[in-house]
Amino acid sequence: MRGGVLQSLRSRRRNDGGRRSTPASGAAGDRRAELALGALGVLVLVLIGAMVVTVAIKAWPSFRYNGLGWFGPGAEVDTELRAMRESAPLKGHGLLYFTAWPLLWGTIVTTLAAVALALVVSTFAAIFLTEFAPPRMRRTLDPVIRLLAGVPSVIYGLIGILAIAPWVDQHLLSESRKKSVLYVVQLNGENLTTGTLILTVMILPIMVAITASALSSVPPAWREGSVALGVNRWRTIRRVSLRTVWPAVAAGTVLATARALGEAVMLAMVAGSTPFAANPLDGLTFLFEPVRPLAATIFQESEGLTIGPLSHTIYAMGAVLLLSAAMLSLAGWAVKQMLVRQGIRA
Amino acid sequence: MAAAAVSPAPPKAVVRPPRERVSSWPLVDRLFYALCWISGLALCAIALWIVLYMLVKGVSYLKPSLLTSSPVSGSIQQTSNGGFLDPIEGTLLVTAVGTLIAAPLGVAIAVWLTEYARPSWLARAVDSAIEMLAGVPSIVLALFGLIFFSQGFLTFVSQGAASGALGQSFIAAGAVMALIALPLIVAATREGLEALPPRIREASFALGKTKATTSRYVLLPAIKPSIAAGVVLGMGRIIGDTAIITVLLGGSAQLTEPVGHTPVWGLLRGTGSTLTSYVYYNSPAGEGNAHEKAYAAAFVLLLMVLALNFLVTRLTVTGERGPAAASRLRMKLAESFAGRRWS
Repeated sequence: MRGGVLQSLRSRRRNDGGRRSTPASGAAGDRRAELALGALGVLVLVLIGAMVVTVAIKAWPSFRYNGLGWFGPGAEVDTELRAMRESAPLKGHGLLYFTAWPLLWGTIVTTLAAVALALVVSTFAAIFLTEFAPPRMRRTLDPVIRLLAGVPSVIYGLIGILAIAPWVDQHLLSESRKKSVLYVVQLNGENLTTGTLILTVMILPIMVAITASALSSVPPAWREGSVALGVNRWRTIRRVSLRTVWPAVAAGTVLATARALGEAVMLAMVAGSTPFAANPLDGLTFLFEPVRPLAATIFQESEGLTIGPLSHTIYAMGAVLLLSAAMLSLAGWAVKQMLVRQGIRA
Repeated sequence: MAAAAVSPAPPKAVVRPPRERVSSWPLVDRLFYALCWISGLALCAIALWIVLYMLVKGVSYLKPSLLTSSPVSGSIQQTSNGGFLDPIEGTLLVTAVGTLIAAPLGVAIAVWLTEYARPSWLARAVDSAIEMLAGVPSIVLALFGLIFFSQGFLTFVSQGAASGALGQSFIAAGAVMALIALPLIVAATREGLEALPPRIREASFALGKTKATTSRYVLLPAIKPSIAAGVVLGMGRIIGDTAIITVLLGGSAQLTEPVGHTPVWGLLRGTGSTLTSYVYYNSPAGEGNAHEKAYAAAFVLLLMVLALNFLVTRLTVTGERGPAAASRLRMKLAESFAGRRWS
């Protein structure tokens, strides 16, 4: 039956007097196009599913060997990694022995600090952009944000390691501070502060852009109502605009967190690349201690991907990052639902 | 009183209240006002400093000979001689491969998601998969890419290895790069498609055209600028990525000898470097100690990014002006940075 319809369609096309009809004419053509396009969508879906599965499978030996100890503190991370590279297991442990706490801690500290800083600065900057900036400044700020978003992370890293780290080393780090922790860790300009500050600059553009776009879509009547009651502009922004757009701010924060979490190259270059669990109990010195987040570690160890146990460990780190990214994606979805419920098309 | 209301008094001049001044605000509010200015100016200052710093360093270290000569053989660390012609070619190759894969794929998926989206559960799944893809760190994508392209049956896109395939080649790197550009292209195309007024579709359907024909001959031509902006943004993302390059393209500075005998395909199956990996390996972090060359290469990279940036602006700004247009533009930009729609 169906074949008959197809046949008649085809013959009709052939009797078209030689005029070429469009390739996907007719209901059957439409169906074919739909299937082809849908297949491409499914292909991406399958690829992402395959990614989750393969990374999990490759990571499993490391998690199975270490159990929950994988996430805890233990021997020095670099010693453990070297043991795998030279396949000379540490005393009393197997080759797969690995404890990732310093790396996890480094990831958590840099990400949280950068996101918190960026949240404050971006909110102010977005308010400035939408409310207070003179029109001419407003026209400069949009390209500025786009520029900051477009600079590759390796350039941020290069500037960080060659210009900012030496400056921090000379001007912010005193000799006495370096001596005070010399027996634990060597301090220099490549440290937590340098890495976090540059990371903040890197995630600012997304947050400013999203907050600003939400702010400029707050219904003017709401703000005018507030102003008409004699409330000044700043209070109107704080009480009306910011309260309206907070889900958008949250969405921007989620995206920026994902970006900060996955930043590898810049942090590998300027955060000290020493797997040291910077200790907040050290007071101000904490700010100058080196860290190395998960993504940066994967990046730096990527040459060892051909070595069995080391590759399992690296994939385990990747699996943790992947899981975090998935959780953030979920959080972003939840925030979006809130936005929809509020009825603000921000 | 009623009488007064009935006979209107001659209109008096409207007494406007004095314009609100910041100086009349309470101290705390003025403080926050100052903070807003400081944040905004700080952003400008940082951007200006980055550009000026790179400009000064780039102009002082960049020599024409660097652009036209290949790196000397051996390691990627180039202390004395040799330029970075090969990394530039590598960047162009990877970007070309990535864009050629991502652009058609992204546009096709966006059309399917906006015009068909049947069955709806599948469309939702694909939609969230692409949203998740935008949040996955590129280094994790690179790890997956390495396993994928190391499979024996994919030797034809890289080189043979002891077991399976090497997994490192321009094609492998470009294909994984396509994954990081994909969400940007899908988002831009969907944004464009959804902004089209329904009457355009209706007119085409009323002429008896199918969805496929309408999409191909009416909708897609109408949103060319949106697609182009998405593609250019994706290219920017590809050009700037280092993690995928170090994992999937290896660490040799020069383009390797073509693999096999097919001219172009052989080159694509080989390994090499790009500007990003060149900058990394020549910076102090990469143990190469040639920061002059790192600066020069980074300057070239920045120029490429700036050019793409300029292109995106030209494509997104379509002559509209005024606050409403600015707000729309800002929203588009926010979404394009994020690579996904957040509202």
